[in-house]
Amino acid sequence: MPRFNTSSAFPLRKAALVTLILTGWLGGAQAQTIYPIDRADILEGSKFDFKVEFPDAPKPDAVKVTINGASVESVLGKAGTFIESEEGQKHSALWAREVSLAPGRYVVEAVQGDAKKTVVWNVFPASGPRKAKNVILFIGDGMSIAHRTAARILSKGWREGKYDSELAIDDMPNMALISTSGNDTIVTDSANSASAYTTGHKSCVNALGVYCAKNALSLDHPKVETIGELVKRKTKMALGVVTNTEIEDATPASMVAHTRRRSDFNEIVKMFLEVKPDVMMGGGSPNFLPKTTPGSKRSDDLDAIAKFREAGYTIATTKTEMNAAAAAGASKLLGLYNTGNIDGAFDLRLAKKGSVSKFPDQPDVTEQTRAALKILSANPDGFFLMVESGRIDKYSHSLDWERAVFDTIMLDNAVKVAKDFAADRNDTLIIVVPDHTHAVSLIGTYDDNRPGQLLRDKLGVYDKSLPPNYGPLDADGFPTDVNTSRRLAVVFGTYPDTCDTGKPFMDGERVPSVAGADPKTFVANEKDCTAPGAARKAGNLPFEANTGVHSADDGLLTAMGPNAEKFRGRKDNTFVFRVMAEALSLGGK
Amino acid sequence: MGTRAPCQMDRRALIGGGFALAIGTYPAKAEDIESITFDGLYKSFGVLGFEFADRVRALKSKRVKMTGFMAPPLKAESSFFVLTRQPLAICPFCQSDAEWPVDIVVVFLKAATPAISEGRRVSVTGVLEIGSTIDKETGFVSQIRIVEADVQRF
Repeated sequence: MPRFNTSSAFPLRKAALVTLILTGWLGGAQAQTIYPIDRADILEGSKFDFKVEFPDAPKPDAVKVTINGASVESVLGKAGTFIESEEGQKHSALWAREVSLAPGRYVVEAVQGDAKKTVVWNVFPASGPRKAKNVILFIGDGMSIAHRTAARILSKGWREGKYDSELAIDDMPNMALISTSGNDTIVTDSANSASAYTTGHKSCVNALGVYCAKNALSLDHPKVETIGELVKRKTKMALGVVTNTEIEDATPASMVAHTRRRSDFNEIVKMFLEVKPDVMMGGGSPNFLPKTTPGSKRSDDLDAIAKFREAGYTIATTKTEMNAAAAAGASKLLGLYNTGNIDGAFDLRLAKKGSVSKFPDQPDVTEQTRAALKILSANPDGFFLMVESGRIDKYSHSLDWERAVFDTIMLDNAVKVAKDFAADRNDTLIIVVPDHTHAVSLIGTYDDNRPGQLLRDKLGVYDKSLPPNYGPLDADGFPTDVNTSRRLAVVFGTYPDTCDTGKPFMDGERVPSVAGADPKTFVANEKDCTAPGAARKAGNLPFEANTGVHSADDGLLTAMGPNAEKFRGRKDNTFVFRVMAEALSLGGK
Repeated sequence: MGTRAPCQMDRRALIGGGFALAIGTYPAKAEDIESITFDGLYKSFGVLGFEFADRVRALKSKRVKMTGFMAPPLKAESSFFVLTRQPLAICPFCQSDAEWPVDIVVVFLKAATPAISEGRRVSVTGVLEIGSTIDKETGFVSQIRIVEADVQRF
């Protein structure tokens, strides 16, 4: 069926028009919108922006807002500012910025003519005795069940149906299923999902630390406080943000950022400068350099490296410098080890592709975790550390499962370092959780010795799914050879037009599709299609998708330490914030 | 592929091909034009900044030729595109979680040109510009550009 079939597109448009008219007749204009949204769980004493948007740009005397039947001022301590026709748009807005509340149930009503909108907030207490001295939040970006199972087979060994040992991420006393949807969509992205962990609020795709209101500019949306800001404002704890992606990328940025658009990298660097986490490590140096420096991606003259240096930070650009800083007792460290993402474990150890030749001395996430713990644990008031293994997601987008699973093993090694640190202390809450999942499954093994020429001939399922014959493990539990004759068959449920080879991509990360002739369309990467036995697949995604996409499948959380017992059953992602805030008593004075 | 209107794609490919053929015969003398490569752009390439190679600096404001890949553009026909070392799987213009590689060259064409795509290598000829500039129209920051350029399939 042609994509732009006018005969089918027209009735659709007509249907939309009819829907609009019906909406107008039946419900009047669209309703008032209140932020924070209905059923928001808010940490007592945490700061948030209260905003109500009224459609049709009414005047202030045409609307009324109450909280628990009382005036906004009497509850929030601020009457708020009413902006008629905000930004020239067709709505008016009431704003009360940086407010906070005591624990309790709050019913917010916004009345405009005959229309009444009600939302209920639950402001939860977290000012009891502090349960944990330290919290370490590990985020395996996009880490799904198949990544975990494959990592266990690759790293721990499989014999007669049992594994030879446990992954550190599995061997934890508490567990929960985590649902990751945003407030706008069933399937969300890493900005919104990480923001749920770091603020306790669900928001929309691409948003960090804000609700998605009608404001035109990405920095003008109603803000909610991040755990990074809370730790810095309310405690004397040390704060660490560690990733192998660019430090401005969604997950690490969620510790400090407030923007509707996650790609505001230059602004996000400024937000890191405002919060000043004691340890920050990742890639993404170009946004720290003033525009006059070749290699900069900034559009201004801010020299963020110089600013951090002035603030007492040691700057590390290699693993050697990182370890030297940790050994020398640095209390503040900014480690930037790549202009883009730090190379993943598969390239650092086996393939040596990506940017390994350009940046030969990059630390991996495990080594970064070790250095971060050494620095942060020197603080007598404890620390909050977020560690992300961020390329599990990126490699799953590119349908490169071996690279994703190597980075899952790397995360497991980092968790092992944290568990060793926490072992006898009983004062450190450790959480391991994905921010969302991918549609990925382990369905058998490809065996080159099976008869036939096609990839599906080589696939052994059920009684033919014999264990893989990967090379021996190195000292860190990574196989030293995965390009062997019998390999795991890991498949993705979402893909653009692409060619599967059933083999690891030793020449560099898989490029599943390339730009097609039609704008914003993508076709199979013919380089892969010429491989022996390659299987050509017609994409099952919208035409503008060039890689795999996230799934709404729940993610698996494991945890140990004080307050970890709260994790059981199924929880929303926002609950992770609550458990951490309670453990650290962040609601207290 | 089978689900797309085939005539539309063929027509565009034809236009693109025809255009490239026309500019491919542009009568510039080969000996006037120095070739530069992605590998030869920088003499040092570090986390805290790069240094352009001496040869590249010496070619500033001169006509150069360079090959690379046309990143997926915003529009089908554009007078502005990004030249990359490798074909980009992800279009940073199109997807918010995609970032440009650092070693890119921004190309401003003499005239709007249909996108040359499908991971093909292209050859760009034009005047080399060095130094930080922000494109007024797109806000795109670049350190190195080829302007008044022609492009053709390599």
